[in-house]
Amino acid sequence: MYSVPFDYLCAHNIQEALKLLSEYGEEGRVIAGGQSLIPLMKLRLARPKCLVDIKRVPGLSFINKENGHLKVGALTTHRELGVSDLIRSDLPIMHEAAQVIADPQVRNLGTLVGALCQAEPSGDWAPVVLALGGRLKCVGQKGERVLEAKEFFVDAYTTLLQPGEILTEVNLPIPGARAGGAYLKVQRRAGDFAVAGVAVQLTLDEAGLCKDIGIGLSGAGLTPLRAVAVEELLRGRRISAEILEEASRCLAGSVDPISDLRGSSKYKTDVLKVTLKRAVQLAASRSKRS
Amino acid sequence: MPNSKRIEMKINGESYAAEVEPRLLLVDFLRVNARLTGTHVGCDTSNCGACTVMLDGLTVKSCTVFAVQADGREIFTVEGLSKDGKLHPIQESFRDHHALQCGYCTPGMMLSSLFLLSNKPNPTEEEVRKGISGNICLCTGYQHIVNAVLDVAKRGQRQQKKRPRSGKN
Ligand SMILES: Cc1cc2nc3c(=O)[nH]c(=O)nc-3n(C[C@H](O)[C@H](O)[C@H](O)COP(=O)(O)OP(=O)(O)OC[C@H]3O[C@@H](n4cnc5c(N)ncnc54)[C@H](O)[C@@H]3O)c2cc1C
Ligand code: FES
Ligand code: FES
Repeated sequence: MYSVPFDYLCAHNIQEALKLLSEYGEEGRVIAGGQSLIPLMKLRLARPKCLVDIKRVPGLSFINKENGHLKVGALTTHRELGVSDLIRSDLPIMHEAAQVIADPQVRNLGTLVGALCQAEPSGDWAPVVLALGGRLKCVGQKGERVLEAKEFFVDAYTTLLQPGEILTEVNLPIPGARAGGAYLKVQRRAGDFAVAGVAVQLTLDEAGLCKDIGIGLSGAGLTPLRAVAVEELLRGRRISAEILEEASRCLAGSVDPISDLRGSSKYKTDVLKVTLKRAVQLAASRSKRS
Repeated sequence: MPNSKRIEMKINGESYAAEVEPRLLLVDFLRVNARLTGTHVGCDTSNCGACTVMLDGLTVKSCTVFAVQADGREIFTVEGLSKDGKLHPIQESFRDHHALQCGYCTPGMMLSSLFLLSNKPNPTEEEVRKGISGNICLCTGYQHIVNAVLDVAKRGQRQQKKRPRSGKN
């Protein structure tokens, strides 16, 4: 299967990439790993007139620790995140997610940032970045802006990024003491998108009450979702079987999964409810060990 | 050709250059331009892994890479495995364990196995299954493939054990 013809331009620095993109306006597209874009182009669901390849822009592939944050560059791949010692020690929830996203070949090319820009409702990175409260650095011809992950996903496969804008870096706060995280994904077979996925990052206080919590969901609606109502319900409470039951009822009221090949809306809601309980429990038990 | 680009890449150590349309897929550059037809197209939708090759040492699905993206890079395909008419240990192990029936998935399966073994020389069965999770086989039921990959690792160790002994003789 072949995409429609297009121009292919290789950028060698960010300024050049921005300039090339501005020349093509809405008809231009960034290509990073190509693991979402190329399949869509081959199905002719995407028909960009021009691809601006940023793979050869130096300085966009990194995992850096700075002031209590980990910063991940636009070209850092799923695989690089999965084998990084810094990620394993400081953001274990990302280490966990990196093992279950797609398959080895796709992980070798696909990027965290590309996955966020793709805003796939059943993707794995968005819920994790939502649970962690990540921030996204974007540059455009008019300059730089920083967006909160929770405001980034506006519709199905649609983000706040403007045509011609490039997401250069994801900024993730490193959780402190008594923190625990978990990403649980239910998939029909290895390497498939999630039927449902739940990312939980929480902190317990000295008394064992839930001091802070972030919950991100995959497969829960048209966009990756943050489960704000459930977070509010759990904050300040002890994680018990009763409260988890209440939380899963609350979750059912705040999601609206799409019925598709991976299951009906009702089935996905049930899977989300169970997965939520397991993920919160697991995150809490990890927090006690940390 | 409209928008065509001149590209050059090394495939199994040899240089190949051509003028190509940007939408040409890497798998077709390999099969049509370079006439290396060992790499197969199974699904053409990024799902089966039959088209797996190595790009700068990392496995990729060559039906999901544009040839222009591989400009200036190194590709390794199934044709690079055997040397001077001698099978690569992974090929021998696949043969000995009946790890193929129709053989359609085999080139991709062997490259994924090689990539796994280069990172984890002594994988567990679970690691082998995860390592080949991007490759679909419709014939074997996977068990013989898993056995073959596990045995490559064991053969390597047997060879290493043998070597000091033969040194004494
Ligand atoms: C077989 C298969 C299975 C998969 N399974 C999963 C899965 O289980 N879970 C999952 O989450 N994902 C899965 N994916 C998708 C995969 O994770 C992609 O790698 C990822 O979604 C996109 O990353 P990329 O670097 O390949 O982006 P690309 O495909 O290059 O780009 C995707 C989109 O983002 C834009 N973009 C990319 N980078 C930037 C940037 N820096 N600034 C602005 N815009 C940008 C592009 O213009 C494009 O619109 C799968 C893909 C395949 C082919
Ligand atoms: S042919 Fe490339 S993944 Fe199936
Ligand atoms: S041997 Fe036939 S598909 Fe694997």
